[in-house]
Amino acid sequence: MNAQPSLPVDGAEALAEPVVRLDRIERSFGVVQALRGISLALKPGRALALVGESGCGKTTCARIIARMDQPTAGRMYFRGRDITHPGAKADEAAYRRAVQMVFQDPFASLNPVFSIQHHLARPLKLHGHVSSKAEEISGVADLLTSVGLDPAVTAHKFPHELSGGQRQRVNIARALGVRPDLLVADEPTSMLDVSIRLGILELLSRIKRERQLALLYITHDIATAAYVAEEVIVMFAGQMVEWGDTQAVIRQARHPYTKLLLSAVPDPDRPFVPGDSARFLGHAEEVRRISRPASDTIEQVGPNHFIRALGA
Amino acid sequence: MNAPLLQIRSLDVDYLTDGGAFRAVKNVSFDIGRGELFGLAGESGCGKSTIAYAITRLSKPPAWVAGGEVLLDDQDLLKLPEAALQKVRWRRIGMVFQSAMNSLNPLMRVAAQFHDVLARHIGATKAQSRTRAEEMFKLVGIPAIRLDDYPYQFSGGMRQRIVIAICLALQPELIIMDEPTTALDVVVQREILEQVIDLQRSHGFSVLFITHDLHLMAQLCHRVGVMLKGELVEVGDVRQVSRAPAHEYTRKLWGSIPQLPGHGAAA
Repeated sequence: MNAQPSLPVDGAEALAEPVVRLDRIERSFGVVQALRGISLALKPGRALALVGESGCGKTTCARIIARMDQPTAGRMYFRGRDITHPGAKADEAAYRRAVQMVFQDPFASLNPVFSIQHHLARPLKLHGHVSSKAEEISGVADLLTSVGLDPAVTAHKFPHELSGGQRQRVNIARALGVRPDLLVADEPTSMLDVSIRLGILELLSRIKRERQLALLYITHDIATAAYVAEEVIVMFAGQMVEWGDTQAVIRQARHPYTKLLLSAVPDPDRPFVPGDSARFLGHAEEVRRISRPASDTIEQVGPNHFIRALGA
Repeated sequence: MNAPLLQIRSLDVDYLTDGGAFRAVKNVSFDIGRGELFGLAGESGCGKSTIAYAITRLSKPPAWVAGGEVLLDDQDLLKLPEAALQKVRWRRIGMVFQSAMNSLNPLMRVAAQFHDVLARHIGATKAQSRTRAEEMFKLVGIPAIRLDDYPYQFSGGMRQRIVIAICLALQPELIIMDEPTTALDVVVQREILEQVIDLQRSHGFSVLFITHDLHLMAQLCHRVGVMLKGELVEVGDVRQVSRAPAHEYTRKLWGSIPQLPGHGAAA
């Protein structure tokens, strides 16, 4: 009854040099091992989805990539250069310019006392992309147009005059104003109505394609990952449990946790059956139990499709 | 068929603004039967939560119920004196909101919060409350020993289940659930709703389930209503509304939901 999502197709981008690459990144908070052996590459013009439940480590991973946090082990590369340890100020500034974030809460991430014009002009001015008032105004207009908002209607408005979806578009425009190479979107649609999520996902896909941006899309909703990302990583308890081509992972899921995640996506054609809760809860608990232990054994199950063997 | 438990008749709710009254709910009528799961869907700002608040007269200014009736067993809640209404709230109509997990008092142990509700509404003693709380925890699948924990010691999903448990402890006839799982992961959402379905079956209460997710509503509810800009544009059996939506807006809403590739044909 619905249109099928048109899945992104692979092109030459798959072979390009990554903007950012993580190699066996670890992060522990005291005794809690929040991230274990995270390796991934973010390439121009391609999107990677990081999927998992609250507490699985996906936001910790985003914070490390955005340089808001430091890994406790492993290496990080920026255009092939090792940047694991903070370097010269100029290098740090270059990295932060190249990597921009879009946050989950569109209501909290805009300052209520400033107009949209002000919000979008700031990155343009701070990063020296404009040198006159006229350029500033046209720059903001271009940004708004690129995210599907009408500058004549939107620029002079204040955040409270916009809907959640419109605010999220402004947040994306603000990130684009810095002219980044990598956009990290942490649950950009989870606070929006389902009915406007698709529009935001399509916008992210278009920007990625047109600007050859690398995109890291973080979500707990595996169904939306298919709309944006060529590749997906399913995380559980700080580990990557299944990863590879989005199509393969979703259509031929192999890891029990990925299967659980897929089975929980709301499906109007499968009504809940009364009397089933004990079975489902028991099953979910069992899957979590067997997926939790650390494991270093990785199994290749397709051309670009991997799972982590269950630990002891 | 028995008389419906709740009948909403021509409900109008206004928000008073500087520019005059804005009608957020326009002439809305629907029934909820005994033991029925009724879903109300629509986008942000369509008035669905405004209806939830109006039913138990929790609307706060600038919201103002401008007209209509809310009949619980033929008794109009909108005309009831405040004292009588307090016997209806929680006792007969329970409420679970989206941020309900944040509505637990962070400074009180969970057991004390059960007692707070049970003592207030049915005059239970500490020992009676404890017994009841243990039964309720068992129902929602949390070990009874954890009653002595504080809210921060539970995950978001568990806190939401605790709120549902407190709500059920008074055995209400109707539970209003306003986006009860929107802030949670899909797996946790499914766990909670599967339990709600089972508890509904065993306890026989009715549910008004409010959500923006049509797919989820179709999995859960018997009958559904779709709202657009304050008006109820379509009401009917869940199969009919999902398979053959009559209203153009309902069709649009269905088509706009992200879903897994290969769904339907392959599954």
